[in-house]
Amino acid sequence: MRYLAGEYDVIVIGAGHAGCEAALAAARMGCETLLLTINLDMVAFMPCNPSIGGPAKGHVVREVDALGGEMGRNIDKTFIQMRMLNTGKGPAVHALRAQADKFDYQHVMKKTIEETPHLTLRQGMAEELIVEDGKCVGIVTKTGAEYRSRTTVVTTGTYLRGKIIMGELMYESGPNNQQPSVKLSASLKEHGLELVRFKTGTPPRVHKDTIDFSKTEIQPGDDHPKFFSHETETSNNEQLPCWLTYTSEATHKIINDNLHRAPMFSGAIEGTGPRYCPSIEDKIVRFADKPKHQIFLEPEGKNTSEFYVQGLSTSMPEDVQLGILRSIPGLEKVEMMRNGYAIEYDAVVPTQLWPSLETKVIDSLFTAGQINGTSGYEEAAGQGIMAGINAARKVQGKKPIILGRSEGYIGVMIDDLVTKGTNDPYRLLTSRAEYRLLLRHDNADLRLTPIGYEIGLISEERYNKFLSKKEMVEMDIERLRNIKVKPDQVNEMLIAAGTAPMVNGTDALSLLRRPEVTYAMLETVVPSTPEMTEEMKEQVEIQIKYAGYIEKQLHQVERLNKMEKKRIPDDIEYNDINGLASEAKQKLALVRPLSLGQASRVAGVTPADISILLVYLEHYNRVTAARGSSYG
Amino acid sequence: MIHDTIAAISTAVGEGGIAIIRVSGPDAIEGVDRIFRSRISLKDAQTHTVHYGHIVEPATNEPVEEVLVTLMRGPRSFTAEDVVEINAHGGVIAVKKVLDIVLQLDGFRTAEPGEFTKRAFLNGRIDLMQAEAVIDLIRSKSDRAFSVARKQAEGVLSKRIKSLRQTVIELLAHIEVNIDYPEHDVEEMTSAYIRDQCGSAIEEIDRLLKTANEGKILREGIVTAIVGRPNVGKSSLMNMLTQENKAIVTDIPGTTRDVIEQFVSLNGIPLRLLDTAGIRETNDVVERIGVERSRNALEDADLILFLLNNNEPLQAEDRELLDQLKERPVITVINKTDLPRQLEIEVVERAVPAHSIVPMSVLAEEGLDRLEQAISEMFFEGQLESHDLTYVSNVRHISLLKRARQSLADAIEASNMGIPIDVIQIDARSAWESLGEILGDEAGDSLIDQIFSQFCLGK
Repeated sequence: MRYLAGEYDVIVIGAGHAGCEAALAAARMGCETLLLTINLDMVAFMPCNPSIGGPAKGHVVREVDALGGEMGRNIDKTFIQMRMLNTGKGPAVHALRAQADKFDYQHVMKKTIEETPHLTLRQGMAEELIVEDGKCVGIVTKTGAEYRSRTTVVTTGTYLRGKIIMGELMYESGPNNQQPSVKLSASLKEHGLELVRFKTGTPPRVHKDTIDFSKTEIQPGDDHPKFFSHETETSNNEQLPCWLTYTSEATHKIINDNLHRAPMFSGAIEGTGPRYCPSIEDKIVRFADKPKHQIFLEPEGKNTSEFYVQGLSTSMPEDVQLGILRSIPGLEKVEMMRNGYAIEYDAVVPTQLWPSLETKVIDSLFTAGQINGTSGYEEAAGQGIMAGINAARKVQGKKPIILGRSEGYIGVMIDDLVTKGTNDPYRLLTSRAEYRLLLRHDNADLRLTPIGYEIGLISEERYNKFLSKKEMVEMDIERLRNIKVKPDQVNEMLIAAGTAPMVNGTDALSLLRRPEVTYAMLETVVPSTPEMTEEMKEQVEIQIKYAGYIEKQLHQVERLNKMEKKRIPDDIEYNDINGLASEAKQKLALVRPLSLGQASRVAGVTPADISILLVYLEHYNRVTAARGSSYG
Repeated sequence: MIHDTIAAISTAVGEGGIAIIRVSGPDAIEGVDRIFRSRISLKDAQTHTVHYGHIVEPATNEPVEEVLVTLMRGPRSFTAEDVVEINAHGGVIAVKKVLDIVLQLDGFRTAEPGEFTKRAFLNGRIDLMQAEAVIDLIRSKSDRAFSVARKQAEGVLSKRIKSLRQTVIELLAHIEVNIDYPEHDVEEMTSAYIRDQCGSAIEEIDRLLKTANEGKILREGIVTAIVGRPNVGKSSLMNMLTQENKAIVTDIPGTTRDVIEQFVSLNGIPLRLLDTAGIRETNDVVERIGVERSRNALEDADLILFLLNNNEPLQAEDRELLDQLKERPVITVINKTDLPRQLEIEVVERAVPAHSIVPMSVLAEEGLDRLEQAISEMFFEGQLESHDLTYVSNVRHISLLKRARQSLADAIEASNMGIPIDVIQIDARSAWESLGEILGDEAGDSLIDQIFSQFCLGK
């Protein structure tokens, strides 16, 4: 029996990592928001690895935090290990990664959601969109509850027509044997969205007490952990180590002997899997000459004996999985607590979205996360917060916020998705960013806090703190520029650091430009003011040391921005543009880029096409201007 | 792309006459100013003025070509941008060389077909009616360029560039995997690996660039000047070379310098002989002009044949020339070996140890084979390659290759300085992009593809 259950500004379907961010952002921006989930116990659940962060992904968490999102704060409260990766490389690729207590992570997030004003968390399975005049105005749940809304965000993850596959076994299911969402898929299709079938997978979990850790290498966390959120200052979390082992010859033999039972090769799996996250059987077939593969054993939490076996994602039959596990040094007597599996699900072809993450065919309907063809909690959160922000802004009659490729990894990801689409589940990599040096882990707040403040997700207090940090960094750079250093003050230190001694005096700033000289070294000669925090000092050092490279990239960005600013009108008819290659016409009509810059990134569009488009736009603008003046 | 500075030869390319290199865009004035030596800085010059001076090689500050430069500040120019036009006089080779130098400037690139016109339109200089014509122009020319590029893409050259790119992309993939999968068990990135990979790419680029030189030489001849004090036998040598090849001698009137060029083939080695009036200080005005021209010709020469008389001791003039020619591509010819030796050969050898020395007697028509051998060694490492070798000939390709080479050299330098790999990656990537531009490839996803095909990654 269908009944009117409520009216909201924003409805978010799904409470995974995208849904939580979307709902929190919308509610905090003052919108009455409903967050629906199939199972209330699955809020912010981590169906795969119990970790957050790493290169590019960790950057996204910092960006989500700078915009006023929750993921950074939540992991800072619930981590059981924190490591800064890539510390031997440049500052742009330093990347924080946390192991999460996956249960704590869920509970803390759920509590935050429950306590947020304007936000209603409700168990229910959305099955149908209500679309009137091409506009999504609400949804209907399995139990007949009709919720009306002004905007709707769909974040269904891997639940949409989910199907678990393991050896010969196959059944309809969401992740971790949850109920799948079957009917919503048909509703999306009915209203004109094109769907594709993607696949992902997860490894088995094993019992801690059956692991022989003596045969593995310990991987501890950092002694002085850093944090994801710019708000977190300290933590008392106790850290747990991870453990490293390797596959053996026996592992490879078991897999090869049982390949005929692998759904990957028997043809049972129709969905496209992620290239960067292949199953162990896939790795062994594709990289046959590699004698062994790394396996990390990661605790899933403080109050559980379950261990995640990273590197062993598989959809082999259960008996083979056990054989594989026990062929690995340290796991000879291991007990498997849950088996690994592959899961197939429906995703939306992301070129059907505007850069705001609103769908082109259904007004007021937004999608975010895995449904958009991505993979990863952080990618989901990054899209989730943007979809939530833009759904709220649409309600408030404001223009969408679209991050540029030079502003954040979130901008890179969304631009890639809506402009180029993706053929397999999309993962962020730092190499996807052309301005990697600008999109650093350390400057996420400098890049995005002003935007977070402007849209109302960053408090006045935090913003002021941010401003004063920014000012102090700038002042300290000025200070170093104006301090003269004499050779006899530093030469001994310079020689010790393996760099050439100075002949004449120079300013401290120039000295810091040398690769071998650190801020800490400089401080022994020209100490900074006591208010300078470690974070600020790091900022000063990076901005000075890499100034040349940073400036070069800024210059490129400036040029890019000129292309990004050339807007393409909504009513453009690519078919009428004489001279455009037919492939370009077709692709441009499909993607409908908002700017010339975006158009230039559409696959199949050549520089000649862009030239022609540019000429056409100029022509168009002059005609429009002429018309305007004759009517006026 | 619409805010780059673009350059192209905007007159029909041919022998002789004046050729104009047009440069348009935001960096036009500042950029050209860096390679233009004149009494006035272009940056300070007024718009719509003409300036006399020289285009110089930026690395060495050596003058390359005598030019007139016209300056037009936007919007009062054809494209409504800042425009600089370089009027060069020196024929095809000199003009290409100037263009080559211009294109090495940071932020400069070759103009696309119809691009000056396109910019003129976009900036409101051309009226609306012409828009369609501009589009047709872009389409037809780029289609033609595309078919040419396709033809080249099937050729040997593109295969070599592709394999060169492969070397660079493997390095890039290695760097990226190290960054994006820090815990993955790929070998740690070493600066030795970066050096090796960049180094071998640089070697290959050098080989390709050398074919550019060989190709140019085969098409246009080795510009050869015969130098020496009076009566050492310059005219005789000239006559000997030209008479030998009477059938293919052509007189090509030089452009503005009136240096007579003669094109001869010395057993397959094409020489373009410059008839120089003799290098000598003089007070005679007419002669001084001639000498001045000779000096200029000398600077353009690919090869200088420096003649000495076997029958006389070294003269002061000889020594002076010897000194001047130290750094130049010189073959020292010791003429008149049919007469008794009075020349101190040891002194010559000591003065210019890098030069090859060829004894010959023009009168006795002896030693020509040795000269031929010496030239062949100097330009073709001893063997004239067969004709089917693919040459890099296009100015655009050459400038892109040079740019890629520079980026790779920067990467090596950065690596030596201990700069982190993600910063070095910027240089390696721009090398890869420059090479891609030669093939017309888009950077796109191929790096990501490479990462996943080269390395076994996953959770």
